[in-house]
Amino acid sequence: MQLVLRGITKRFGTLVANDRISLTVESGEIHCLLGENGAGKSTLMNVLYGLYQADEGEIELDGVVQHFTGPGDAMAAGIGMVHQHFMLIPVFTVAENVMLGNESTGFAGSLDTQAARERVREISERFGFDVNPDAVVEDIPVGVQQRVEIIKALSRDAEVLIFDEPTAVLTPQETDELMEIMRQLKGAGKAIVFITHKLREVREVADKITVIRLGKVVGEADPKSSNAELASMMVGRPVELTVHKGPGNFGDEALVVEGLTVHDDLGRVHVDDVSFTIRRGEILAVAGVQGNGQTELTEALLGLQAHVRGSIRLDGSELVGRSVRRILEAGVGFIPEDRTTDGLVGGFTIAENMMLNRSHGEPFVSHGSLRLDELHEFASDKLKEYDVRAPGIATLASQLSGGNQQKLVVARELSRDLRLLVAAQPTRGVDVGSIEFIHKQIVAGRDAGVPVLVVSSELDEVVALADRIMVLYRGRVVGVVPSDTPREVLGLMMTGERPEGAVA
Amino acid sequence: MSTPDNEPGSEPGTEPGTEPGDTRTQESARPEPEHRDADRWGGVLREIASGRAMTAFLSVLLAVIVGSLLIAATDEAVRDASKYLFAAPGDFFSAAWDSIWGAYTALFRGSIYNTNGADFETKIRPLTETCKFAAPLIAAGLGVGLAFRASMFNIGGRGQMLMAGAAAGWVGYQFDLPWPLHLTLAVVAGMVAGALWGGLAGFLKARTGAHEVILTIMLNYVAFYLLFYALSEQSLLQAPGSLNPKSLPMKESAVMPKLLGDRYNLHLGFVLALVAVAVVWWILNRSALGFRIRAVGLNADAARAAGINVGRTYTTVMLIAGALVGLAGANQVLGTVTSGIGVDLDAGIGFDAITVALLGRSRPLGILGAGLLFGAFKAGGFAMQASQNIPVDIVLVVQSLIVLFIAAPPLIQAIFRLPAKEAK
Repeated sequence: MQLVLRGITKRFGTLVANDRISLTVESGEIHCLLGENGAGKSTLMNVLYGLYQADEGEIELDGVVQHFTGPGDAMAAGIGMVHQHFMLIPVFTVAENVMLGNESTGFAGSLDTQAARERVREISERFGFDVNPDAVVEDIPVGVQQRVEIIKALSRDAEVLIFDEPTAVLTPQETDELMEIMRQLKGAGKAIVFITHKLREVREVADKITVIRLGKVVGEADPKSSNAELASMMVGRPVELTVHKGPGNFGDEALVVEGLTVHDDLGRVHVDDVSFTIRRGEILAVAGVQGNGQTELTEALLGLQAHVRGSIRLDGSELVGRSVRRILEAGVGFIPEDRTTDGLVGGFTIAENMMLNRSHGEPFVSHGSLRLDELHEFASDKLKEYDVRAPGIATLASQLSGGNQQKLVVARELSRDLRLLVAAQPTRGVDVGSIEFIHKQIVAGRDAGVPVLVVSSELDEVVALADRIMVLYRGRVVGVVPSDTPREVLGLMMTGERPEGAVA
Repeated sequence: MSTPDNEPGSEPGTEPGTEPGDTRTQESARPEPEHRDADRWGGVLREIASGRAMTAFLSVLLAVIVGSLLIAATDEAVRDASKYLFAAPGDFFSAAWDSIWGAYTALFRGSIYNTNGADFETKIRPLTETCKFAAPLIAAGLGVGLAFRASMFNIGGRGQMLMAGAAAGWVGYQFDLPWPLHLTLAVVAGMVAGALWGGLAGFLKARTGAHEVILTIMLNYVAFYLLFYALSEQSLLQAPGSLNPKSLPMKESAVMPKLLGDRYNLHLGFVLALVAVAVVWWILNRSALGFRIRAVGLNADAARAAGINVGRTYTTVMLIAGALVGLAGANQVLGTVTSGIGVDLDAGIGFDAITVALLGRSRPLGILGAGLLFGAFKAGGFAMQASQNIPVDIVLVVQSLIVLFIAAPPLIQAIFRLPAKEAK
C-alpha cells in the first residue's frame, strides 16, 4: 500500500497549522515525522485520520483519492492510529476494548466475546505482543496498554499505522520493546508513520525522516544524520545538545538526607530508607525507571508527603515536619514533574503564576495587599530573561506551549534566593530549544553554589547534568556513582542490580 | 494588567481544567504575537461573544422569551381567543400581545418606574423597592460567589442566614444600648454567627475531606430546626406569652434607618450590601488572601505545592462567605422585617443567592447586577400579579429558566449560533 499526502493545508482561523505538506509513505517502511511541539505533526495526522478536514490538498491510497469525514472512514480504508493518550476503557478487558466500536454480535445482540479473544490472541502471537485478552486494562502496565491500542488497529486490518508520540509515556525498556514491535510490523509489510521529537528513537528505527517546522516540511533527512544535524533542522538554528558545564566547585554538604522513608495512606512504602547528601554547587541526578520512588522522594523534600520518617537537613536545619510554606521559605526551589497540575495555575496569568509561591509577604504582598506594580515589573523582566514566548504577562498560563510553561516555572523558582533546587523531570514534554535553555539555567544555579537535585527518567539528561548519579530502584538507593559511569552500568543499576566496580 | 475583566472563569465544575499544554500546541502551532493590539481586541470581542457575560445576558433574554409564552398561555383572554384561532387569528395574537406587554410593563412599573404614579416620589418608589429586595440578594450572592471562586459550592446560605438572623435579632431585642452602637453590635453579631456556621462547613471539609455540598445542606436543616426549637421555647427566643414561633420585635436602636425617609422602605442594608461588594472586590482582586483563594479554586494541587495551605483557605473562605450571608440575615431581621425573628426570615434568599452568584459569574460587580435584576423581579412580580392577575410564579419560572440556560452554555451557543469557546 502506498499513502500519499499531497499539498495538505489546514488552517485554524488565521493560523496555518499545516502549509502545503506533501508526504509519501510506502509499505514496509517506517516513516518518521520529526518536529518540535507545535510544529503541526499531530494536526497533519488528525487530517489523515479524518478527525480534521483539510482546507486544501488530498490524500491518496494506492492512487485513489480519499475523502475521510471521520475516523470511521479512515479505519475502513486501512489507516489505524495509536494515540498518545490511549483511547481505552480502563475497566474493560483487553478483548472488550479491542472489539469496542466493532462489536460482532450473536443471537439477540449478545456479544461474541470469544471471537474477539481469539483475535487478540492470534495477533498477539503473530507479533509476539504477550497480551492476555482477559486482563483488565487498568491493571496492565502502560507499555502493554499501548500494545492493546496497536492490536485494536491491527484487528481492523490496518495497513497504515500512525504512532503519535508513542514513547512519551513509556519507560526506556518499554521504548526499546516498542521499537522492536515497529520493526516487526514493518517486516509484516505495514506502512508506519512515527511521530516524535526524540532524536535517538528516530535514528534507531526510521527508514525515512521528514522534518516539519512551523507547519511546513523543511526537508527530508538521512537516518544516518547526527543528532545535532537533526536537531538544527527541527529548531531551525544550530542547537547545543550537550550541556556545557565546567568542573564543579563543591562546597560543604548542604543537604543531608538520612534514613528517609515515605509511605502512602495505604501503608505502601515508596521511598525506603534513603540516605544521601548534596554539596553546595553540586548536581545530584536521580536515575531510575519512572515509578521507583522518585516522585515521592521529591515530594517528601517539599513537605508534600504526609507520612515521612527519617531526616532531611538543609544547612543544618530539619525540614521533616515543616509545612510546604516553611520549606519554601527555607530556600527550596521546586520544579514539579507535572507542571500543569503542580507547577502552574492554568487559569492564572503569567504574572499571577510568577508570585504563586510568594503570596505571603514581600516582595509582592504588603499588609495583605497585592503590590501589582512590583509584580508586573518583575514578571515582565523575568519573561524576557527566561525567554518565555508569550504576548504579555497577562497571557494565561494554559495558553502557553509546554516549553514556555516550563520556562515560566523555572523562572519563578530560580528567581528566588535558593539554598536547594529540586527539579523533577525538568524537560519532560519540552521542545529542544527550551531543553537547552532550561539545562543552562540549572547549571547556572549550580555554578552559583546552589545544591541541585535533578530527577529524570531520561538517561541522557541524567548523564548530561549530573556531578554524581544516584540510582533508585523500588524506593531504595542502588548506588551513588560518578557521572562518567557507563550507560550500560547505569541501565543495569536501574533494574536493581549492582555491578562490580560501581562505587557508592 | 490583570484587571478583573480578563480573569478566567472560575465557577466550579465549569472550569475546563488545566490541559496539558504540549498536546494543545501539537495540534496548532502558536502564531508569533505580531499584532498584539489586534489580538487583544480580537480577544475582547471573542470574550464578549463567546464568554460568559454574553451567555448570561442571552440566558436572561431567552428566559424572558419563554416567560412570555407562558404568560400568554396562562392568560384567559388568550385562551378564549385560541378557541377561534383560525376564524380570527388577529384576536389571538393581539390578546397574546396584550397579555405579554401588560405583564412586562407591569413588571417594569413595579420594579423601576411607576408611570401611573401621582408624583415623582411615588413614581420612583418601585426602584427603591427593587434596591431593598436586592440588598440581601447581593450580600448572600457574594457569600456564595466567593465560595465559588475557591471552587466550593456553598448551598448553606439558608442555614447561615437563619443563624445570623437569630443572633442579630437576639442582640436587637435583648439589649438596651444607644442607637449606632446597638445596631452595629447586632449586625456584627449576625455576621459572626453566619461566619461560624459557614466556617464550620469549611473547617470540616478541610479537616475531614467531607464534601461541602453535603455539609452545608445538612447544616441548613440543623439551623432550621434549632431555630424552630429556640423560637418555641419561652426560655430561649420565643416572645414572652406568645404561642407563635416568633421573637420580640427589634428595639428602635437596633433597626436599620431608612435611607430616604419614611416614605420609602429602603434602609441602610442596601448601603451595607454595596460596601460588601467593594470589600469582596478588593479581597478577590487586590489582596493576597484573594489571590490564594483563586489559586486554590483554579488548581488546588499547584496551590499546595506553592506553599498555600489549602485546608486553611477553605476554612477562611467559608468564614467570610458565612459572614456575607450573615449580613443578608441581619439585613432581613434588622431592616426589612423588624417585627421579630421567625423561622422564615431567610425568605428563600439563601437559595436565590446561588442563582445570583451564577448569573453574576461569581464576580462582585456581576453579583451586584444580578442581585439588582432579581430584586427587580421580586418587586415587580407582586405588581404583575396585582395589576395583571398573572401568577407571581411566572416570575419564579423565569428566574429558574435563567439559571437553567446559564448552566447549559452550549444550549445558548447553539440557539444563538455563537462561536464555540474552544475553536479547535
